[in-house]
Amino acid sequence: MPADSGEPIIVLDQVTKSFGGFQALKGVSLNVVRGHKVVVCGPSGSGKSTMIRCINRLEEHNGGRIVVDGIELTASIKNIDAVRREVGMVFQQFNLFPHLTAVENLMLAPRLVRKISKKEARALAMQYLERVHIPEQADKYPAQLSGGQQQRVAIARSLCMKPQIMLFDEPTSALDPEMIKEVLDVMGELAQEGMTMIVVTHEMGFARSVADLVVFMDKGEIVEQAPPAEFFARPRSDRTRAFLGQILKH
Amino acid sequence: MSFELALVWESLPKIVEGMGLTIELLVLSLVVGTALAVGLVLMRISGIAVLEWTAFVYTYIFRGTPMLVQLFIIYHGLAQFEAIRDSFLWVFLREPFWCAILAFSLNVAAYTAEILRGGIQGVDRGLHEAGRALGLKTHQRFLYITAPIAIRLSLPAYGNEIISLLKGTALVSLITMYDITGVARTIVAKTFAPYEIFVSAAIVYLCLTWLIQRGIGLAERRFGRYVRR
Ligand SMILES: Nc1ncnc2c1ncn2[C@@H]1O[C@H](COP(=O)(O)OP(=O)(O)OP(=O)(O)O)[C@@H](O)[C@H]1O
Ligand SMILES: [Mg+2]
Repeated sequence: MPADSGEPIIVLDQVTKSFGGFQALKGVSLNVVRGHKVVVCGPSGSGKSTMIRCINRLEEHNGGRIVVDGIELTASIKNIDAVRREVGMVFQQFNLFPHLTAVENLMLAPRLVRKISKKEARALAMQYLERVHIPEQADKYPAQLSGGQQQRVAIARSLCMKPQIMLFDEPTSALDPEMIKEVLDVMGELAQEGMTMIVVTHEMGFARSVADLVVFMDKGEIVEQAPPAEFFARPRSDRTRAFLGQILKH
Repeated sequence: MSFELALVWESLPKIVEGMGLTIELLVLSLVVGTALAVGLVLMRISGIAVLEWTAFVYTYIFRGTPMLVQLFIIYHGLAQFEAIRDSFLWVFLREPFWCAILAFSLNVAAYTAEILRGGIQGVDRGLHEAGRALGLKTHQRFLYITAPIAIRLSLPAYGNEIISLLKGTALVSLITMYDITGVARTIVAKTFAPYEIFVSAAIVYLCLTWLIQRGIGLAERRFGRYVRR
């Protein structure tokens, strides 16, 4: 397990983001230590997705600084490409390429971005499909897979690019209850291997067992951040308490 | 009034002779028009105002006027310009065949560009984001993600476009050419049996339409394997 105080691999410093006149992030600051798992929670519209999408520049922040593994995110295409090589992302809707089989989904980016041969890419892809426990589904199209399988393929697809950091945006929210566990298990295994992870989720069980830090956001701000034991036992803000009261009831 | 089935049957072989020209016009205009359409749709989504606007105006003009009028403008109209008569283009443009190819191709381009644009817009935004997150460049995302999916989405409408072009090629019979309809008209002029002869022409068109539908169906299956469970 990584030490509590290490070098931050992700630094958000007073990050702001507006959509038109609406401010979705109002000066968000967060340090993520290499190897740490951060769980982000908060009500709908609080800016959770916006925050993590700024980290790999799917959204462009308007103010403040974002530094990922020593690379500052600016308009520089070179920096953006460099950051995207370090950061993998998993989406709520899986976003698998529907016209490619599972294994082809995994092979595409290594072939185009890392320019490895088809044969190498296939070997790499099979290795990662095994890691998410579905090598036997390699030649199926996404539409032929269950939601849980699709999400595991999506995780494997990101891992094929050998990122140092993985971002998850509500990876289990679109899944039927019986499939949530298989995806959380894969994420748990990834966490144990020392991957740096930021996970937006309301799976508080996952937060308790895996997170080093739990972050609560509301209305474009980070209201509270604390290790899970402290976060769940002694939430400091009223807003956090209200939120926890709501989601833990279910 | 009588209807002689035998006459339908007898005229078929002659009408089939006109089929060669119809197919030539169809295939050539499709190839040229579709190539132009790819260019147009790239202009349309380029994000460069001048290009977008040019493509938009072009499409508006060709979709907004009858193909017959366009054909007449090209066939009768271009000859009015001395510059054209003096240029090397005249070698082509004095031939009704090339006038027709030009008119049909420009038309196909306008319609197909719109069809492809619809296909491109139908590609889920999330797939782009996944591509960006994986580090794919814009052109790589277009070639490997957007284009294959957009083509699949465009196929049914493109099939309709091919069929309407097939029917549109009949217009060349009005500029002295002997396609299926042109041949039918000459036979009618000799036999005074419009009914039977045009029914016979209709049968030939229906056979071609059937072939096109089969072809598109096969293509849909080929490009759409992934849709079926
Ligand atoms: N592309 C956009 N254009 C305009 N407004 C946006 C856009 N993306 C997000 N927003 C707004 O920004 C705010 C934060 O959105 P965000 O998606 O980050 O919230 P969230 O915390 O992820 O919510 P949820 O739990 O529903 O996913 C919302 O009010 C949303 O409407
Ligand atoms: Mg969200």
